[in-house]
Order: sequence, then C-alpha cells, then structure tokens
Amino acid sequence: METDRSKLGSFLFNRSVQGVFYQLITLGLVALGIYYIVTNTARNMLERGLASGFHFLGVESQFDIGMTLIEYSPTSTYFDSFIVGLLNTLLVAGIGILFATIIGFTIGIMRLSSNWLIAKIAEAYVEILRNIPLLLQIFFWYFAVLRALPKPKQSLELYDSFFLNNRGLFIPDTVFGEGSSIIFYLLWLTIIISIGIFIWAKRRQNRTGERFPAFYVSTALILGTFFISLAATGFPVSFEYPELKGFNFKGGVKLIPELVALTFALAMYTASFIAEVVRGGIMAVSKGQTEAAKSVGLKQNLILRLIIIPQALRVIVPPLTNQYLNLTKNSSLAAAIAYPDLVLVFAGTALMQTGQAIEIIGMVMGVYLFLSLFTSLIMNLFNRFMKVDGER
Amino acid sequence: MNTMRISFLGLVCSVLMVPAAFAGTLDTVKSQGFFNCGVSQGVPGFSNPDADGNWSGIDVDVCRAVSAAIFGDPDKVKYVPLTAKERFTALQAGEIDVLSRNTTWTLSRDAQIGLEFAGVNFYDGQGFMVRKDSGITSAMELDGASVCTNLGTTTELNMADFFRANGMAYEPVVFEKADEVVNAYDEGRCDTYTTDKSGLAAQRTKLADPEAHVVLPETISKEPLGPVVREGDGDWADVVRWSLNAMIEAEEFGLTQSNAKTECALTSNPVVARLCGKEGGTGAGLNLGESWSYDIVTMVGNYGDVYEKHVGENTPVGLARAGSPNASYKDGGVLYAPPAR
Repeated sequence: METDRSKLGSFLFNRSVQGVFYQLITLGLVALGIYYIVTNTARNMLERGLASGFHFLGVESQFDIGMTLIEYSPTSTYFDSFIVGLLNTLLVAGIGILFATIIGFTIGIMRLSSNWLIAKIAEAYVEILRNIPLLLQIFFWYFAVLRALPKPKQSLELYDSFFLNNRGLFIPDTVFGEGSSIIFYLLWLTIIISIGIFIWAKRRQNRTGERFPAFYVSTALILGTFFISLAATGFPVSFEYPELKGFNFKGGVKLIPELVALTFALAMYTASFIAEVVRGGIMAVSKGQTEAAKSVGLKQNLILRLIIIPQALRVIVPPLTNQYLNLTKNSSLAAAIAYPDLVLVFAGTALMQTGQAIEIIGMVMGVYLFLSLFTSLIMNLFNRFMKVDGER
Repeated sequence: MNTMRISFLGLVCSVLMVPAAFAGTLDTVKSQGFFNCGVSQGVPGFSNPDADGNWSGIDVDVCRAVSAAIFGDPDKVKYVPLTAKERFTALQAGEIDVLSRNTTWTLSRDAQIGLEFAGVNFYDGQGFMVRKDSGITSAMELDGASVCTNLGTTTELNMADFFRANGMAYEPVVFEKADEVVNAYDEGRCDTYTTDKSGLAAQRTKLADPEAHVVLPETISKEPLGPVVREGDGDWADVVRWSLNAMIEAEEFGLTQSNAKTECALTSNPVVARLCGKEGGTGAGLNLGESWSYDIVTMVGNYGDVYEKHVGENTPVGLARAGSPNASYKDGGVLYAPPAR
C-alpha cells in the first residue's frame, strides 16, 4: 500500500508526465477554441443570410481586369480571376526580386569600395530608401513621376518604336513567324549541352586538376547556334511596333504605369536592405582568408570567386530570403495604385461582387503563405548547396 | 504562473458563454441614445462633410429622418465614412446600423450578402464623363478607351456588360477610393470616368476645371440607390423603410417642412392627419412615438424639400428632377410610396 502510493505520487509528480499533461490540456483548449470559432461563424453567417462555400469559383465573374497574362473576359469564372490576380502578383514579385537583387548586390559592393565617392553614394542610397515608408515611395513613383508624363498624343518616343506616356511604356513586340520553332528547339538543346559541359569540366578538374573554359565555350555554343539557325531559316522574326490608334497605342508590349511604379518602388526599397545584407556577408569573411588565398598564389578574381563569395553567401542567403519574402508580401500594396494584383482583383472586386469574405480572404492568405514557404524552401535548398562540404 | 492559467481559463469560458444571438437593433439604439450611419467619403449632394465636419446630403437626410423618428431629434447619428469596398462588411459586422451611401439594390446583394434594402431614395443610372476637348459626343465612340472607376461597385460589372454588348475594347483602371478615381481621371490617366450619373455630376464639382468636362447622354444601367440594413432584423428594417416612405408620402400630400405646423393644425384630410400623428396609431406598430412622421417632416423635410436642398437645379450638383424617374409618380416619375397607415 505504502509503496503503491509513493509510486503513484512519483508518477504524478514526474516532470515529464506533468509536461505531457499540460501540453494535452493546452492542445485541447486550442482545439476547443477553433471548434467554437468555426461553429459560431457558420451559425452567424447562416443567421445573417450570408452565402458560403466555394460554389462561386465556377460562376462567371462578369467583370474585366485591366492587365491579364492569360486569356480573360467577363465570361471567365471567378477562379480565372483568381489566377489572373495571382499571376499579376507573381509577375511583380518576380521582376521585383530580380531587380532588387541586382541593385542590392551592386550597392552593397559599392559601399565597401575604397573610393570615397562611390562608397558615399551607396551609403546615401541605403539610408534614404530604407528609411522612407514603402507606401510613400510607391505613391512617389506613381503620382509624382509617372502621372507627370505627357498624354498619349504627346508621347516621349525613341526611334519611333519605344513610347512613354501617362498610360504606360510601349515597346515593340517580337513576332516569331513560321519555321521559327526549330530555333527554339536548338536553343534548348544547346543549353542542355552547356550544362553537361559544366558538369564534365568540374569532374575533370576534380580528377586531374586541369581547368576547362566551360563558360566561354558554352556561351559561344549557345549564341553561335542561335544566330546560325536564325540565318539558316531566313530570319523568320519580325517586330510589331506600337501605333497610336484612337485613344491609346495598340500593338507591341504594353507596361502599364501601375506595374512600372510598383516594381520600381519595391525593387529600389528592398535593394536598400539587400545591400546591407551583402555588405554584412562580405565583411563577415575574415581578412585572414584573403591573405591565405594570396599566399597560395591565387589571382584577385579567383580569390573573390572561390574564397570570398562562397563564404559570404552562407551569411547572406538566410537574411536575403527574408527580403524576398518581404518583397512578395509588400507587393499587396498594389491595391493602393490600382495595379490589378491578387488583393485588388480577388480580395477586392471578386469579394465585393460575391460577398464571400471568409472564403476569399482565406484563399488569398493561403496563397501568400504558400508563396512564402515556397520561397523559403528554394532558398534553403540553395543554402544547403552553398555550404562548405562537411559543415553542418 | 498559476494565476495566469486560471485567468486564461476564465477568459476562454467567458468567450464560450457569449450568446450568438443579438438584441434587436431598435432596442439597442434606443438604449444607447444614437445610431451609426455609414456614408460615403464625400459625394457632394449625397453625403458630404463641410469644413466643420457636419454631414449633409440626401443620403445623410435618410439617417437624419430615422433619428428624428426614433428620438424626435435628427442629430442623434454618428456618421461613419466608408469606401465602397468597406461598406457591406461594416454593416455585417455591426459597425454601422444603417448604410446610406448611394448603394445600388441588386439581387445578389439582397440574396447573398446578408443585406436588406429598405427602399429607394434615388433612381440613378450609370454614365460616362469625358473631357470636352476630346470631341466625343457618345459612349459608342469609346472603343479602346482607358476607363477609370471605383472598386467594389456595380459600375465595374455594368461597364463590362456595356463594352461587351457593343463589341468594344477598353482598359479598366480600378481604384479603391472615389477621390483616387477622380484624381486619376483629372490627371489624364483615363479617357473617361464612369459611375452613376448623379455621382458624375457630384464629382465633377471636385475637378480642377468642371467646365472642361461633359457627361455623355447614354445611360447604360439601372441604379436604384437606397438605404440598407442587416438582414434578419425586420423591426429595424421597418423603421428605416417607413422613415423614407413617410418623406415621400408627405410630399405627395403637400406636407412640407415649412407648412407642416399649420397644415397639421387645420387639416381635415385623414392621410395628412395620420402623417401628422393625430390619427391612426402608426407609431405603435413601429415601436416609435406617435409623432414620428411629423418629426421627420418638420425636422428633416419631405422628399422634395430634401431633393431641392441638396441635389436640385439650384445646387452645384444641379440635377433636374422634372422628367427624371425621381419625380413623383403623379408627375411622370417612379417615386411612389406605399401608404403609411
């Protein structure tokens, strides 16, 4: 009896048993809370006559969207409008990330320059752009810069083929005629061969120590094949130039000012953070590494490529991922300047026309969550690829 | 640590015990002494704040009429300016009790969004405004135009219908706030600005040079605008509906803000006597005082008073009433109120 009780007592007062007990209680409360929220919402929606469910996704949307990357008309469904919004968001995020990275790396390296003027210019860029709220920067580019451009009839033009006005930037479109598909097949083929050359060159170097100019060879191969095949098929490529017809320019590729302003603002703003990340990464590589590399006789550009950058990237990539995620999420500010992104099109117009706020906001939140997790995944894979062998 | 756990449990329990049902809006409003009225962020003639923040307009007067009917005082209203996108959510969430913000009555809004329309206080239709120097005289010449409009409105759907039906192309440029739309049009981002014609007339007064713009003759849609309440509270919907109807009926029977006092003392017409609150006991059915309709007419005015004061020909908005659907049915319009008896 006595021993049983003490056994029970020691069981009850066991730290890990108590831990599990409290975790179970917390889990139960959370589940109860979620259950309550869901049932209460459903009951309230029913009481107030609000429609629910995802039935609306298959219904014709009956509205238009100003910029679409896929075929879309008012007879398309709400789901199509979701895809249009999503693609527009991805477009801004993709271009934004590309330019933010290029500008960010350039400014970051400029800040480390021994040239006083270059370093100060980079410093001024970073300090000004990262300290002004992003929304104001978007407004600046959209309202102050792009709105001030002339009307279509007084467009700024370049060689009669590039036009800039307050309706957007119009550039010639390349039209590939008949017989041009062979050029693309060849292009893909040469790209695949080039990747093979890189792998082979790397292996050979590991085995024998001999270096092979893989970069020059593959560039020559790709460009050479491209131009030779172009000539052989008789240049089946023409350009469609934008032309002023009626109110606006028609033909060519049109970049609406909302897209330009948003991309510009996002790229410039995020670049100022990326610049600091890059500077920090490079400074994190100890000076001894450079000196050691010099002492074994490596050339300056090889020191940078083989010693500094690989080590700096390990420091740079995780915070860089944060910046990419921020840029993607910040692109939802598009709604402020009428760029038809996911938030404006789907969480705006579609929500207003259907009134199904819970479903639509849920889908939009799901998209941003997925995009962020996906970006993280890619960057984590890249980070694993970049890490020094044998390091954990 | 333990006290934290206990208070957390208490919090959870108290949340669980909150009843899902609500007290009637009318009772709540009476006990708190005011109600919240959702209005626009500034549409001259409909709902517009002056420099001191006092709201006026025909949409505002619907709320003032409801306030007069309930409290015998037209100013027991808190105005909540809303964008087109926010308005229905604000109503559903209980942030406002009446939405009086040039809102079009449509089937999907009535049936799917949990709204109940309490009537029509302005019959409108969608139109286009262009710059005079563009030389355009008809909406049929708008092929290829950039069109500025407001997010979350029937306007977006109507223009899609219009351009599709006529086989014309266009570029929609959609902003969330009305002021942004007007600004974008004024600065030349768009060739034309489309919204309800009353809205065009009202917003034109905000343009840099109102005289340089013209509203095209075509009307491409029906836009019956009126006050909205939450679905599922019939008593409150009745109060709003009959406050509006009383204004319309008062005009029909010649009871105006200026003559109501004398008319009510002298009248032998039973309809007028009912509107004056002397006969019929209409207030009891609505859970209001018997002078509810008399208070509306004397404190806010009848429909005609309100129309001429805010959007009539002698105002900057300048919308002629004669010949429009907003004239009384006796004058060839469609304004017709069921009898307040």
